[in-house]
Amino acid sequence: MTRVQFSVNGYSKAVEVDPDMPLLWVLRDTLGLTGTKFGCGKGICGACTLHLGGEAVRACQTPIKDVADKAVTTIEGLSKDGTHPVQKAWLEADVAQCGFCQPGQIMQAAWLLQQHPHPTDGDIDAGMAENICRCGTYQRIRCAIHRAAGDPCGTGKGV
Amino acid sequence: MGTRRDFVKHTACLSLAFTLPMEPRTRFGIVESDAPGSSFEPSAFLRIDADGAITIWANKSEMGQGIRTSMAMAVAEELEADWSKVHILQASTSPKFGDLGVTGGSQSTRGTFKPYRIVGATARELLISAAANEWQVDRAACRAELGFIVHGNRKKAFGDLVAAASKLEPPKNPPLKDPTDFRIIGTDVKRLDGPDLVSGRAQFGSDIRLPGMLYASVERCPVFGGKLKSVDDVAAKAVPGVKHVITISSGVAVLADNSWAALNGREALKLQWDEGPNADMDSAKIREQFKARLKTPGKVVRKEGQGMAALGPKRIEATYDCPFLAHATMEPMVGVADVKPGRCEIYAPSQGPGWSMAAIKQATGLGADQIEVHIPLLGGGFGRRSMPDFIIEAVQCSKVAGVPVMVQFSRPDDMRHDFYRPGTLHHLSASLADSGRPHAWHHRFTGPSIAASLGMSWPPEATELSGAADLSYEIPNLQVEWAQSDTPIPLGFWRAVPASFNPFVTECFLDELAHAAHKDPLVYRLTLLKQDEKRKVGRDELDPKRLRQVLELAAEKAGWQAWHLAKRAKGRGLGIAAHAYLECGSYVAQVAEVQVMPDGTIKVHRVVCAVDCGLAINPLNIRAQMEGGIIYGLSAALYGEITLEKGRVVQDTFATYPVVKMADSPKVEVHIVKSQLPPGGVGEPGLPPLAPAIANAIFNATGKRLRSLPLTPEKVLKA
Repeated sequence: MTRVQFSVNGYSKAVEVDPDMPLLWVLRDTLGLTGTKFGCGKGICGACTLHLGGEAVRACQTPIKDVADKAVTTIEGLSKDGTHPVQKAWLEADVAQCGFCQPGQIMQAAWLLQQHPHPTDGDIDAGMAENICRCGTYQRIRCAIHRAAGDPCGTGKGV
Repeated sequence: MGTRRDFVKHTACLSLAFTLPMEPRTRFGIVESDAPGSSFEPSAFLRIDADGAITIWANKSEMGQGIRTSMAMAVAEELEADWSKVHILQASTSPKFGDLGVTGGSQSTRGTFKPYRIVGATARELLISAAANEWQVDRAACRAELGFIVHGNRKKAFGDLVAAASKLEPPKNPPLKDPTDFRIIGTDVKRLDGPDLVSGRAQFGSDIRLPGMLYASVERCPVFGGKLKSVDDVAAKAVPGVKHVITISSGVAVLADNSWAALNGREALKLQWDEGPNADMDSAKIREQFKARLKTPGKVVRKEGQGMAALGPKRIEATYDCPFLAHATMEPMVGVADVKPGRCEIYAPSQGPGWSMAAIKQATGLGADQIEVHIPLLGGGFGRRSMPDFIIEAVQCSKVAGVPVMVQFSRPDDMRHDFYRPGTLHHLSASLADSGRPHAWHHRFTGPSIAASLGMSWPPEATELSGAADLSYEIPNLQVEWAQSDTPIPLGFWRAVPASFNPFVTECFLDELAHAAHKDPLVYRLTLLKQDEKRKVGRDELDPKRLRQVLELAAEKAGWQAWHLAKRAKGRGLGIAAHAYLECGSYVAQVAEVQVMPDGTIKVHRVVCAVDCGLAINPLNIRAQMEGGIIYGLSAALYGEITLEKGRVVQDTFATYPVVKMADSPKVEVHIVKSQLPPGGVGEPGLPPLAPAIANAIFNATGKRLRSLPLTPEKVLKA
């Protein structure tokens, strides 16, 4: 057991856990922040994507010991009231079906837009490559990312 | 014959028993109390509060198909509600909501659209009566409008009328609106759950947190039908955080105070299994079993004219095969149970809360009145969540541990302990008349029965025939035979059930006949749907005009004719397929544009989809469901295959069971036929035409006929 101090969505947290415990389970089980989803536990599906020190990472592949003194942003903290440009664009395009992968998709998209403020379809293919959706919302995700960038979604493969 | 639809019909009825005065509302164990007279519940499914808030309870599970939003639209339309005041909650198995049955078979809209309209209309009439009484005017001169009852220049908000309305006797047959007056139904309405879904607030099954709840991970026998021989749990119990190790009927559960400890404890278990009679089963043996079974006749499930006796000496013959498939929902299976003496609360993302009740009663020893199943959002369903296994495991754990327990499947658990889409093998023969039209068609196919695998009381073929026995085309001599060949692999309902494989076979074979007759595949289909009269095919009624119309619409929007006249780029092809999904009243045709690379790689660039689902309640959602059916179908068409070695499922993650990702995702265009016919289902019908449209496009691109799913580069190169 190790004591690890870090911040989540601007709040300072301290936990006493197995140092190898993935950040995913610390958030979900220890801290009760369930917006970050468990989809595979192997870093393959992207459902647990969040921001660690400003980078998009997979929480299931991030041991808590590597999070010490760092800042974590989860879907719950992306904006106070669901009004981040990506969240607004998501609602506008009515992206979600079951919605389970969407927190990870949104966190990945928000990071992608930091790297590419006006992403091309190729940038979206590459940047969103490892976020799986089984309901098949990819086309609407693509459209929403373009819209969040302030670009029309009809230019590429959009809705 | 008892059919799947009959079964769903019997279990899907909406209780309209009016429950006045109101009962306290409960959601996930939180009881919200109301001051007397502050609200109005004309049925268990609707409540209007004094502040004007409108709450609707959905009696079908939400797994992404948008049913909660369309149910709310049906109520709000009749009620003349202000849409911004509408909220939706989920009905539990509490008796006031009636039997929730199962959510599946694309039956929810068909089964609940009218009942929910009646709920809204009943409330509207009561509110009108309350206002008319108060104003001492003829109620016929009053009307409901955007959250108010209006009479001349006077108006009163719904919320101000609830106290009076709740004292009135509900009308028996409230009038329903004329569809030409609809102002919500037929418009693009965004899903009510959207804001919760994008903010992380939405509560899925795996997000349930109860005080004192333990997290369980279960090690199950890797071979279907195997039994536990011995357990050494010393090391598992030594893992910090592990609280219990419990033997349950499916295996050994490790319960801990967090998921990570439960997973580590499970890793430390030393178990021995008696693998039983299936220990040497593999995919090759199953295929040999199917091949042998296909040589002898099956049960004739449809015969027209002389059947196969009319096959001439010159025949076109082909063999098709389809693999077993896993569901692979984004949220792996999960269930929470809290079993106490005399009471059991379950929180489970279930498609089958009603179906599961018998198993829960058996596992708890309690009566239905002591059990309540609460249904959070489902992180995907596709049929998998109609099974009760994840609930029963949680019940067995909680019963022993005496605290609430969540059983969380890992991704490998989810893929290796599924209830799979059955694999099948098909043989088809046809003879053509001089005109090129099929004179005789014989389709014999074999595979295991889902109904038999689940021990259902339905005839074993009831779950296997759609897309085969209900072939829509006019063929004078037709014989369809189903040859049952069961396996020990657990089976279940997978999006579109048999229509996930049969239309691949029949729509590709029809394409083969069109090419043999030197006809355009679209024109060929249309000439086999010439008659306008509706006719019975199998157990349902086909309207050939509707199927023709979606074929023509998809072809027109895809530029079918221009494509076939133009000189096309090498390796590019266009294919068409259609399916009349008669069980849920919807017709879909799709045109796929593919590119086949020299290394065999198949790239799907575009899918044009035409759908006639009767009245289009929420076009925005219909388009979403078509997009979803196409992408789910594309994963299966290009990649999906569950195989067995030494009795074990080989695939365990999205690395070994790949699915479509962003870059493989084609452009999808959906065109909806305008219709005033009763609304049909849309969850499943987008899937069946996709695989045959792609295989037909591959033929158009390369001249190679692929008759085996999935459509892999290796098969392209070998063909």
